[in-house]
Amino acid sequence: MKKQKLVMVGNGMAGVRVIEEIIKINPNLYSVTIFGSEPHPNYNRIKLSNVLQGETRFEETIINDWDWYQANEIELYTGETVLKVDPESQIIITDKGREESYDKLILATGSLPFILPVPGADKKGVIGFRDIKDCEMMIKASEQYKKAVVIGGGLLGLEAAKGLIHLGMQVDVVHLMEHLMERQLDPVASSMLKRELEEQGMNFLMEKATVELVGDDRVKGIRFKDGTEVQADLVVMAAGIKPNVTAANESGIYVNRGIVVNDFMETNQPNIYAIGECAEHREVVYGLVAPLYEQGKVLAQVLCDQKDKGYEGSITGTQLKVSGIDLFSAGEIYEDSTSKSIIVHNEFDGVYKKVQIRDNRVVGIVLYGDTKDSNRLYKMLIEKQDVSDLTSIAFLQAAGQGEANDIASMPADEIVCGCNGIVKETIVQAIQNEGVTTVEQVGGCTNAGRSCGRCKPLIQDILEYTLGDSFDQSNNKKTLCGCTSLNRDEVVHDIRSKELTTIKEVMNVLEWQNEEGCSKCRPALNYFLGMVHHDYVDERNSRLVNEKMHANIQKDGTYSVIPRMYGGVTSAKDLRTIADVAEKYNVGLVKLTGGQRIGLYGLKKEDLPAVWEDLGMPSGYAYGKTLRTVKTCVGKTFCRFGTQDSMSMGIELEKRFERLDTPHKVKMGVSACPRNCAESGIKDVGVVGLDGGWELYVGGNGGTDLRAGDLLCKVKTKGEVLELTGAYLQYYRETAMYLERTSQWLERVGLEQVKEVLADEAKRNELNERLQQTLARYEEPWQKAIEDESIRDTYYTVK
Amino acid sequence: MIATGTQVKISNIKELPVGIGQVYRVNNEEIAVFRLSNGKVYAIENKSPHPKGGRLADGLVSGEYLFCPIHDWKISLIDGTVQAPDQGKVKSFQVDISNNEGVIYL
Repeated sequence: MKKQKLVMVGNGMAGVRVIEEIIKINPNLYSVTIFGSEPHPNYNRIKLSNVLQGETRFEETIINDWDWYQANEIELYTGETVLKVDPESQIIITDKGREESYDKLILATGSLPFILPVPGADKKGVIGFRDIKDCEMMIKASEQYKKAVVIGGGLLGLEAAKGLIHLGMQVDVVHLMEHLMERQLDPVASSMLKRELEEQGMNFLMEKATVELVGDDRVKGIRFKDGTEVQADLVVMAAGIKPNVTAANESGIYVNRGIVVNDFMETNQPNIYAIGECAEHREVVYGLVAPLYEQGKVLAQVLCDQKDKGYEGSITGTQLKVSGIDLFSAGEIYEDSTSKSIIVHNEFDGVYKKVQIRDNRVVGIVLYGDTKDSNRLYKMLIEKQDVSDLTSIAFLQAAGQGEANDIASMPADEIVCGCNGIVKETIVQAIQNEGVTTVEQVGGCTNAGRSCGRCKPLIQDILEYTLGDSFDQSNNKKTLCGCTSLNRDEVVHDIRSKELTTIKEVMNVLEWQNEEGCSKCRPALNYFLGMVHHDYVDERNSRLVNEKMHANIQKDGTYSVIPRMYGGVTSAKDLRTIADVAEKYNVGLVKLTGGQRIGLYGLKKEDLPAVWEDLGMPSGYAYGKTLRTVKTCVGKTFCRFGTQDSMSMGIELEKRFERLDTPHKVKMGVSACPRNCAESGIKDVGVVGLDGGWELYVGGNGGTDLRAGDLLCKVKTKGEVLELTGAYLQYYRETAMYLERTSQWLERVGLEQVKEVLADEAKRNELNERLQQTLARYEEPWQKAIEDESIRDTYYTVK
Repeated sequence: MIATGTQVKISNIKELPVGIGQVYRVNNEEIAVFRLSNGKVYAIENKSPHPKGGRLADGLVSGEYLFCPIHDWKISLIDGTVQAPDQGKVKSFQVDISNNEGVIYL
């Protein structure tokens, strides 16, 4: 049978879900063509606020990548908008003049941000919050401008505002009404939310009606009805969405607020269907993903001639995706004379729960601060369960009680993933029959957790419960990587006790599952072997790219070169050399690094040995799991406050410990007085000079896990600083996990434990002795590449 | 694009490094050639299919897989397929090493 031609206008979540459902039912029925105005494959629009808030990357939002379209033989036109449909001759016309005929047509055009019809709304710097392009605009604006104003204190507006705060902007939220999210929250929950968001840095301008956006070419501010104004470099309109019905309007298709459809998603024109945010069903236009997926299922059945009972509308639940805030609401929010409420308001814990009941049935839910009950209550709501014999409120019960059996007592048909309508039983079956063991695998198998992701913790609980003991064994143990069932301590123990000396030996003897390991275990084993055996011969090809190449790879495949500049001290001669090299090799960028030295960026890998030779300086190891830099202040040599010679202390530390392999990078700082200009308090090892002595701080971190260092001890002499630093480093080398920074390691083993070890003179000496033996094995890597032709041939040649 | 039909000679198979890629530049495009510990030789385009791109030759080689040096994607050296949970494909080329002189067919 010849395939019928199915054309879909719109390439978003709702529409593509229909196609997925059709392919599931019968992949041979239709040849599918999709037109999308955006230049991307189908992505998860819900996740855009996570992207703005820095929790998700753009590429992670892609639901169906290009390969999916190709594999399913779907013709996809991106960046092309359908302008008009001709229902008579069954063709569509695009903005590129393309005409395409169809047997069946789906309109899935989604919605557009509602732009307030006020003067100035067309100025530069005024955007909606709807697609990737808007997100990119916001990110770009945040690099240039300071002040953003979001119009609209609903879901969308608050998520956009939180994202802009994350991007470093100062954010005002303008809201027309007295309360935030007044359609989803009652005044109590709303004011709790407002307080929390204010603490997160949002500023609210309540009950303000926008009348004009002022500025020249670009927006500069907003004027309100009450005559007040507020300054703005960026205005995000998030006051609502409106169905995108442009094409339908042009084509004789019946449109009210949205494109009007019946229970089978059929429009008034034959063979034309509408779905998603552009469709109006029983006078409701839905803007949340769960109902749209339900519609998708129905439409797929219709198109595959499996018409069932049709779509009857949905009651929707809402949550806000702002980190640190848990809220959920569904159904009726405000009491009336016929409904009664159960309210729990725990101001102490910041928890508020309200359930509205009419005729023994739940008709509305508002949860703030604790949304664990949302699925259970929501199910009561949609199934109209009789709750007359259910009231029970546990007050001040012991922690953990009453939660342990949540999964056991959860009915098999309770919805876990609201977005995709996946019930507990489906997930349990996937775990039992498909052998899946992670949340991601459950998602791959059932779609659960793949839209908004809020149910992922619950899926995790179901996994734990269903797998029972096997879950504990297989997933809770932190093995070195997927190639082994052993953890770090077991591997290191076996390397010592079985006297294993090479990576290959470790893998053979300890029965590695992949013969040559992976990018997790190979670098780790290389480190552990070198830590245990001070005469270990490093296995260069088991190091990750930067350590292997002794330069930092950049995103375009070029490398950067950062020579040592001990203690951040240089000379006119060295600066001249660096300048000459930069010119000779046409370096893309010369930049001062965060560690007080100079980086040359954008070098070709085949030029690296020559660059090093011309520089004639040792490697700064800016790429290594090793000592990076010792940052110093100018100290008493020049500074009127300095009490110690911080520069020479820093230089001595750097010369003594450079090249040492450590579990992760190590940064040091030496300041000559407690003003601490070298930021010693956020270094792995920080030294602060006092009049007549030094303080040693450890476990500080200025990066991912911001942590202030702990005071390890106060000492009198330079010798003691060097001795303690050495012992501390070696203790870290011998006990830390691979890739565990000193800050995390110190939290794990405890400051007291470290202090105790280092207070013991015998232990201190042993640690330093082992460290000295290890330090003796290192050679300067750049010099070695200059001298050794085979290294140059293997690593730095292009043919 | 690399013109199909071109042949690239590998002068001496035994001199190819094991455990890291050797880059061949052909008309401004790059090919990364890998000799594995089992003696087999594979060639792929020196370009990651990751949306942010990046080169591949300096990645970590394990068995018949390469770990992308920038994004740590696991890529089959045999046919260029990116392993789950990531997705994508690197262009791979046929290599003939029946003589001591190898040839890559583009």
